[in-house]
Amino acid sequence: MDIVGVLVLLLVCVFTAADGWRGLSSASSPRVCVVGGGPAGFYTAQQLLKARQDALVDIYERLPVPFGLVRFGVAPDHPEVKNVINTFTQTAHHERCSFHGNVNVGRDVSVEELRQAYHAVVLSNGAEANRPMGIPGENLSGVFAAKDFVGWYNGIPANKELCPDLSCETAVILGQGNVALDVARILLSPLDMLKATDITQHALNALAGSGVRRVLIVGRRGPLQIACTIKELRELGNLPNTRPELLLGDLEGIEETLKDLPRPRKRLTELLLKAVNGGDNKAEKSWSFRFCRSPVEVLAGADGKRAAGIRLALNKLEGSGENVRAVPTDQLEDVNCGLIISSIGYKSILIDPAVPFDPRRSVVPNDMGRVQDAPGLYCSGWVKRGPTGVIATTMNDSFDTAHVILQDMESGLLDLSIKKPGAQAISGLLQTRGVRTVLFSEWEKINAEEERRGKPHGKPREKLLDVEEMLQIAWSSRIMDILTFLVLLLVCVFTAADGVRTVLFSEWEKINAEEERRGKPHGKPREKLLDVEEMLQIGWS
Amino acid sequence: MMVTRPLHTLPKLCSQSPQNGSSGSKVLVHFVNQSGMKSSVFVTEGESLLDAVIKKNLDISGFGACEGTLACSTCHLIFEESVYDKLEQTVDEEIDMLDLAYGLTKTSRLGCQVTVNCWMDGMTVCVPQEIKDQRGKQEAQSSK
Repeated sequence: MDIVGVLVLLLVCVFTAADGWRGLSSASSPRVCVVGGGPAGFYTAQQLLKARQDALVDIYERLPVPFGLVRFGVAPDHPEVKNVINTFTQTAHHERCSFHGNVNVGRDVSVEELRQAYHAVVLSNGAEANRPMGIPGENLSGVFAAKDFVGWYNGIPANKELCPDLSCETAVILGQGNVALDVARILLSPLDMLKATDITQHALNALAGSGVRRVLIVGRRGPLQIACTIKELRELGNLPNTRPELLLGDLEGIEETLKDLPRPRKRLTELLLKAVNGGDNKAEKSWSFRFCRSPVEVLAGADGKRAAGIRLALNKLEGSGENVRAVPTDQLEDVNCGLIISSIGYKSILIDPAVPFDPRRSVVPNDMGRVQDAPGLYCSGWVKRGPTGVIATTMNDSFDTAHVILQDMESGLLDLSIKKPGAQAISGLLQTRGVRTVLFSEWEKINAEEERRGKPHGKPREKLLDVEEMLQIAWSSRIMDILTFLVLLLVCVFTAADGVRTVLFSEWEKINAEEERRGKPHGKPREKLLDVEEMLQIGWS
Repeated sequence: MMVTRPLHTLPKLCSQSPQNGSSGSKVLVHFVNQSGMKSSVFVTEGESLLDAVIKKNLDISGFGACEGTLACSTCHLIFEESVYDKLEQTVDEEIDMLDLAYGLTKTSRLGCQVTVNCWMDGMTVCVPQEIKDQRGKQEAQSSK
């Protein structure tokens, strides 16, 4: 009873202390809220926490799991890029940072409510929608947006039922950026290169039975404008049992322009030229770039439902360098293929009608991260500058936004003398709306479960695909914790109320001695006492 | 071991006369961070510059995001020309990443790929400066 009492007291002390700490810090601390738990959100939070010793930062994320495109976008065979998760985890563990998953800003809580509760609100919600091709046949079966296809092999819950049919021989990818090359690489990689990654098991199974042998990567503009980075092109070139199948004519005359190109473009083009002339002729699979072609129509097969090919318009190029424009000619070309993946870019969506939004560029209009005509509202990452760049680009961009916020705090543009309630107010709101958040410690339970499930397959993790299941795991032991605590409390209350007296071990030893004494005359080791009252009498005597 | 900032007074030590006497393996390196702040540290010979920044907990934001796996360019450092010329050759994969680096110069390398050697004693390496941020500051000041 005493131990339980001490435990309860301790718990009460801890809770009061925590409340007191929160209460104290709220007096003058700048409270910042970040919308989106991807790289932009975490890098913004990291910089704010580092630069101001008094700043409190809350990160709200729509899914129960953090890290955005680092988890759901970065290719499974690029685990080294995912090392950034370690830094993000450190940020989440920071004593002045809180992660609130499972909160859909714009639906569960409005941006206006966040602005009321915080000194500054940072939109870092990325770019989650597809840019549509806008051509007939786009909705035929066998046509996928790259975002969904990537989501399927990377475990985005909304894409778990995608089930792409990979029985065809030729796949066409529209777009020549890094996402397009990721998809091409996943389609062409030997299974052995994928099975020890965190690729979803259903994708791995489907790829094991894939008939895809040839991947065409189609771009509107020319070889000097391809949007991928050199690392991804190099990886494609290094795939075993796969050869590049580039058309010599496409790269004609390009060698002469090399010397005038900036180094990154020059090296990329040199690699492309090398690919044209290289390659193992015995390879069973191939990849190729098709330049100066725009999709015109997805062609249906005999059943009228499934894609069987794509009609491309040949373009001519106008202008020069990076600003070259593709102008379609009336020359058309049909390519037979059973799988079409459109990778022509992501776009941000408007999460809340109260947020200024540029529908043409699909970004939040801003000046260096300050959202136009909305004091106290900021943005970072893809929602700020559009869906381009590598993780370092988003990092610098997020640091820039954080610096601007810090400047505004120092200059008084953000009035820190007004006390803001922060997460306390938002938690209250969410509770009344029946929304329960997933804390970072609860994500760590999901994480542990994913790692546990991956282990037997030699994978770093097997991602959970179902939001309900994520929530169940996240909250499961919390319920257990509460139950255990309640039982302890009950024991404590009852023992105190009913005056229950325990039997200590030394008291049992009295009972033991008595039992042995009574057994002796009969040659027995003991004669067990059968009556509890008698036991107690002897024990306490 | 020693982090002094801003630092102008620390005597320049060469590797033959290490302060702590640990068999001549300490090399003095000056790091200049994004905001121009200088930190001078003794780095153990054989360590990469990325290791040094992490171990000494130097104030460089976002340094080494991919943890030295040649998957990003966040440990980008700019070298003095005389030092740069003596560095070991750069592999393709490093140039691939450098080509994406912010503020690339002719003497840029990735900190994770450069191993500290005793001949580097006293060298200064710089993180690209925050140009955009400086402009922001000016704008903020002029609008006051």
